[in-house]
Amino acid sequence: MEYNQKKERVVITGMGIVCPLGHDIETVWKAILAGKSGVDKTTIFDASTFPTTFSSEVKDYDISKFTKNPQLHKDGNRGSRFVVGAAAQACKQARIDIETEKPADRIDRSRMGIYLGAGEGAANHEAFFGAIAAGWDDQTQQMDWAKWTEVAEEKMGAMHELEQEANMPAAHLSMLTGARGPVRSCLTACAASTQATGEAMTLIRRGYADIMIAGGAHSMIHPLGQTGFNRLTALSKRNDSPQTASRPFTASRDGFVLGEGAAVVILESLSSAKKRGVPILAEIIGYGSSSDAFRVTDMHEEGRGAIQAMEAAIKDAGISYKDVNYINTHGTSTAENDSIETKAIKAVFKEMAKQIPVSSVKSMMGHLIGAAGAAELITCVLAIRDGIVPPTINLNDPDPQLDLDYVPNVSRKTRVDIAMKESFGFGGQNNVVIVKRYEA
Amino acid sequence: MAGQNRVVITGIGAVSSLGLTLAKTWEGLCSGRSGIRRIKAFDPSKFSCQLAGEVEEYRIQNYVPKTFRKMTKLMSKDIELAVIAADEAVRDSGLITKGIDEQKINVKPERMAINIGAGLISCDPCELAPAVAKSMAEGKFDIKKWGKDGLDLVTPLWLLKYLPNMLACHVGIIHDIQGPSNTITCAEVSGHIAIAEAAEVIARGDSDIAIGGAAEAKVNPVLIMRQCLIKRTTSNHNNDPEGACRPFDADASGSVFGDGGGIVVLENLDNAAGRGARIYAELAGTGQSACINSPYEHIEPDGKGITIAIEKALAQAGITPKDIDLIIPHGTGIPQDDLAESKGIEAAMGNEIKRIPVWPTKSMLSNTGAASGGLDVVAAICAMRDGIIPAAKNCQRIAPGCNLNVVKENTKTDIRYALCCGYTYGGQTAAVILKKYEN
Repeated sequence: MEYNQKKERVVITGMGIVCPLGHDIETVWKAILAGKSGVDKTTIFDASTFPTTFSSEVKDYDISKFTKNPQLHKDGNRGSRFVVGAAAQACKQARIDIETEKPADRIDRSRMGIYLGAGEGAANHEAFFGAIAAGWDDQTQQMDWAKWTEVAEEKMGAMHELEQEANMPAAHLSMLTGARGPVRSCLTACAASTQATGEAMTLIRRGYADIMIAGGAHSMIHPLGQTGFNRLTALSKRNDSPQTASRPFTASRDGFVLGEGAAVVILESLSSAKKRGVPILAEIIGYGSSSDAFRVTDMHEEGRGAIQAMEAAIKDAGISYKDVNYINTHGTSTAENDSIETKAIKAVFKEMAKQIPVSSVKSMMGHLIGAAGAAELITCVLAIRDGIVPPTINLNDPDPQLDLDYVPNVSRKTRVDIAMKESFGFGGQNNVVIVKRYEA
Repeated sequence: MAGQNRVVITGIGAVSSLGLTLAKTWEGLCSGRSGIRRIKAFDPSKFSCQLAGEVEEYRIQNYVPKTFRKMTKLMSKDIELAVIAADEAVRDSGLITKGIDEQKINVKPERMAINIGAGLISCDPCELAPAVAKSMAEGKFDIKKWGKDGLDLVTPLWLLKYLPNMLACHVGIIHDIQGPSNTITCAEVSGHIAIAEAAEVIARGDSDIAIGGAAEAKVNPVLIMRQCLIKRTTSNHNNDPEGACRPFDADASGSVFGDGGGIVVLENLDNAAGRGARIYAELAGTGQSACINSPYEHIEPDGKGITIAIEKALAQAGITPKDIDLIIPHGTGIPQDDLAESKGIEAAMGNEIKRIPVWPTKSMLSNTGAASGGLDVVAAICAMRDGIIPAAKNCQRIAPGCNLNVVKENTKTDIRYALCCGYTYGGQTAAVILKKYEN
């Protein structure tokens, strides 16, 4: 077999998003181009005494705008409920019928799959902490499991427990769309939905499906999630100024801002898209995945894994690094990521590195963790469509060590034909996807 | 996989309630032992199901290179099980990675991939208990006190023990795997899908070697409670652990959960043949679909999503049901799911269903969640290697409506093609077809 034989070109025929900047593509895009921040005081739980008191929440989301059967999704975790909205938008744009036993779209459901990078649902904290409190004897440092069980059994609800599982957002999309092709869910931390989108593309290329509903859904804005990240000292603690807290590539960056949301892209074989006569938004041409194999606590100092993933994606796309017009960074606003990512971009893009606009949407949206990659990939497609690239906001005191063109503070008009989206997960799993202006 | 790079399996490893090695696990399966016992990890006396398949005690330090011993502090049991099973599989393959012997490495790290399926890991309630104790106000847990006082008692790297991707990350660091890396989180079908995707990565040319499989430690009070609340566990066998999990049996009343890990080394055929590796089997075909139902704790009654997955795998392997010599189903012992699965398999197999031996393993291994597919694939390879299908346990009288030929006694037979299939709450289904390797 020929190396990396590509039978099918894969295009994007629909997109949808539910994120802190809005619940539809155009609203979110307008906010991004205007450099708006979605960050504010945390309201999902009382975080007022946590080291970080703010986050980037999805606000005023109404699932009934997207589904005629909101009851079916009422127990869904935040990610599941968001992804129903994002997928409904994307399917509408791609003319895929949802919530019907008899779709009129002539799409064979066994040739339509789902691939999400999705995370856990929040625990019922009253039950989780309450059961521990009931059973624990701090004097003897012993757990009385009988007492723990009593509270756990009474307070933990069956459906709430089930909905914590990471495969449940995909389950909700199965119900919404009736997809019977490959249905997968992965959770490679912050790289999950970039990976899901890339892997979904390979499934179409290899003929396993004609259409893949790909993307991500996640919310870690819950007490245990925030506890974990605060203890890792990964989060910004700029409590007096939440909206300027996510400040990638600045000298004063002090961590990322926890966000939440869902984003979906409809990937389709070019032949299927043509046959159905649906508008093509962009082509997805390259995917690269790698591992740092370094430390679970830190990125490889030279960005070895990041470089390998970028180079793999460029090779897979059959292009040169010189062809890339825009890089949408992982850009988390942590000290480590932003400097290593910059180093990696320089290693891959060589003499071109300083000429390519690179920006971080996380400066506005926060870090959607598992959902981040797909949400940010959507902005790459829109950059190609409108000839304008998102800014990195809050970039007023550039880190002197970091000298790429980060598109500071103001979005910029520039023609983009090929854009790269990169995501790097905690633990060292790296994923990169490349999209291109569609040309027949 | 016809017309692609052919993918073969050259190394296998397992850890289960039947033993810390594949040899012990396989020996237990062949002698009809069950690893299911009363739970020891915590006092289960108030749980409706007090049973589980727990792995015996081990020292994780024995499974990692000396330089990695400090890292074991960051490993939850799920991660440890993956590390143990991967260590065995890599050693079995004859590949020498950095983790096996740094002086004699015979692999290219950037041409190796990893794909390990994982469950949603729950933390140990006792680990957070001192922090919870510091967060009480008037006898109740107070989130404000947690944020101010309790949180500081949580160990700084706490979160890293519980991220599902850390199974692949730790194993990848130990063995210096620098190529594509993924973590499939499709609950009880994660292992099947991880192996399928690992094979795809090789087939499409993105790596020569891949570690695939899954591990999960289900014996955690939160996870067992979850399964009890969803009513997927049996509650009337607490005095009869060995007889508790009864896949496809008329007296089945629910599943029993447990710990496990099943990992394989997949390899490009040319790569394996080139280094003279022992080749167990070829990955002939995989298929996937969904069988979501509403309400969705259980799968759709006709198991159609299982049928579709099997049909896709058959098509990819270029074979028909006539060629299948063994089926290892998901077989959880949950009556309505067993019936649905049986119907789904029957629909795919047609008349051949009367002939094909069906061997459910969970009566002995327990339901190891994400690890199920990994363990079943490894078990199928052992059956193929030894030409033996062990007897199913706890299926004396087949449940009405389940028209499966569940194996009654250990049977010597040549197995050319074996099918492992699975499904999960949440609806994902998968099928993996292995072919005995022939030159």
